[in-house]
Amino acid sequence: MEAAALQFFQGFWSLFGLWDWLWSWFKPFWPLAWTLIKIVCILAPVVAAVAYLPYFERKVIAYMHVRIGPNRVGPFGLLQPIADALKLMFKEIIVPTKASKALFILGPIMGLAPALIAWAVIPFDAGLVLANIDAGVLYLLAVSSIGVYGVIISGWASNSKYAFIGAMRSAAQMVSYEISMGMALIVVLMVSNSLNLSAIVAAQGKGTFAGMGVGLLSWNWLPLLPMFLVYLISGVAETNRAPFDVVEGESEIVAGHMVEYSGMAFALFFLAEYANMILISAMVSIFFLGGWLSPVGFLPDSVWWLIAKISFILFLFLWFRATFPRYRYDQIMRLGWKVFLPLCFIWIVVVGAWMMSPLNIWK
Amino acid sequence: MEFKTFVFYMLATIMVLAALRVITARNPVHAALALVLAFFNAAGIWLLLHAEFLAIALIMVYVGAVMVLFLFVVMMLDINVDRLRQGFWNYLPLGGLIGLLLVGEMSIVLGGGYFGLGSIAPPDIPADHSNTKTLGRLLFTDYVYPFELASIVLLVGIVAAVMLTLRRRKDTKFMHPSDQVKVQRNDRIRIVSMPAEKEGD
Repeated sequence: MEAAALQFFQGFWSLFGLWDWLWSWFKPFWPLAWTLIKIVCILAPVVAAVAYLPYFERKVIAYMHVRIGPNRVGPFGLLQPIADALKLMFKEIIVPTKASKALFILGPIMGLAPALIAWAVIPFDAGLVLANIDAGVLYLLAVSSIGVYGVIISGWASNSKYAFIGAMRSAAQMVSYEISMGMALIVVLMVSNSLNLSAIVAAQGKGTFAGMGVGLLSWNWLPLLPMFLVYLISGVAETNRAPFDVVEGESEIVAGHMVEYSGMAFALFFLAEYANMILISAMVSIFFLGGWLSPVGFLPDSVWWLIAKISFILFLFLWFRATFPRYRYDQIMRLGWKVFLPLCFIWIVVVGAWMMSPLNIWK
Repeated sequence: MEFKTFVFYMLATIMVLAALRVITARNPVHAALALVLAFFNAAGIWLLLHAEFLAIALIMVYVGAVMVLFLFVVMMLDINVDRLRQGFWNYLPLGGLIGLLLVGEMSIVLGGGYFGLGSIAPPDIPADHSNTKTLGRLLFTDYVYPFELASIVLLVGIVAAVMLTLRRRKDTKFMHPSDQVKVQRNDRIRIVSMPAEKEGD
């Protein structure tokens, strides 16, 4: 693909007869420029999806409530995200008195950045990945563990009690569920024998059912069903989405850590939440739903399967929100520490024993 | 100058500045966040040394867990920095001694050539070398007993921490969730059948 891109640029600049001159001084910068191009190609669709996810959320929930949802701006309300973005951009960012100003600005940035840099290791197709590193899973775990700083910093820097209580709640919740997510991933690593995300997807394409043409049943979700559920539910809790959205329990603490933010600074938190949702959906699709693999043998594998799987998980997120009432805080903590974590520990032993027994299906 | 050298000096400079900030910042939260920055740069330097597992573990464990809990505590305490700095001159000799010791140790490591360390050839690393795999294999074969021993020490630490802070409060309103789920209608309400009252009785 790199050669094709180079050829395109060569063809374009040769029209003006500038190619040789341009290339002579641009050559050392080309690897950097090529990486930047790839980053833009990955992040532009992600950001577009982040902009339209709230629109779909409002539409989906509206139809589940037998309402219509946004329908005023543009056909079917399709320009609503643009209108919202413009509104937020032109609003003033108010910094509270005695707030720690530098940290107040840093908070939303620290919230959004981890959700974006994690995409570096997400494989979209065989070989179609920005950084094909062997420690991809570790990288994802590390990046998702620093997402909590956006919450803590903004909650503390706001110099507001509500924001601080919200930040404490959210941070405790995120730290708790991160552990279950990591433990669920350990089981995935055991069966796929690799920390490389492309290898994890490739490992799901092998097996008895995949040989019979129904790859759908060879993916990790079926043999590791309890871990799939733990990972999915922990993912919902990790992104602070309903029914685990006590962070911004409107009736108690207004909007949690983002209560003092306005304008674009608030929008960054909003974007971070949806970017995290998309990221978690992508991770669920890769670890448990076979990534870019086709569910049936007669259709080719392609990146569209990955997009379809991500969309399905995102729809689940919205569906949860329209279905379940908010959890009580002590029950959230109980679920994470007393149900999911022991379940993960037991399942690691169970899968380990399974792999050592003659019934091992991951050879 | 090689690009790697440039990256190293950049990371090292930021790390030293951040470390200085940890001890000079008046606000303990700022100090803790500067420590987080120092950890990030240390992880970057380890990545330059091909120790990707250590680098990522540093971020995951120290930045993602330890420092978060640390910030929790620091944010909720009202720390008076001036009181903390009262004994500065008393502790200076001891601190200076430890500092000198550190400098001495570092110079032995860095100036290893003068002490005969240069004769040890650096191991040649194949291109497809996976640091994580090698480390995992070593930990679970050659060093499995020390590794398990360390994990037991950690477990004892966890149990001890829980036991030290566990107070069996009498006034807690804790209810077991399974009891709550098992509640039947008849446990909570009683339907009383009463004859309808008529006007005029």
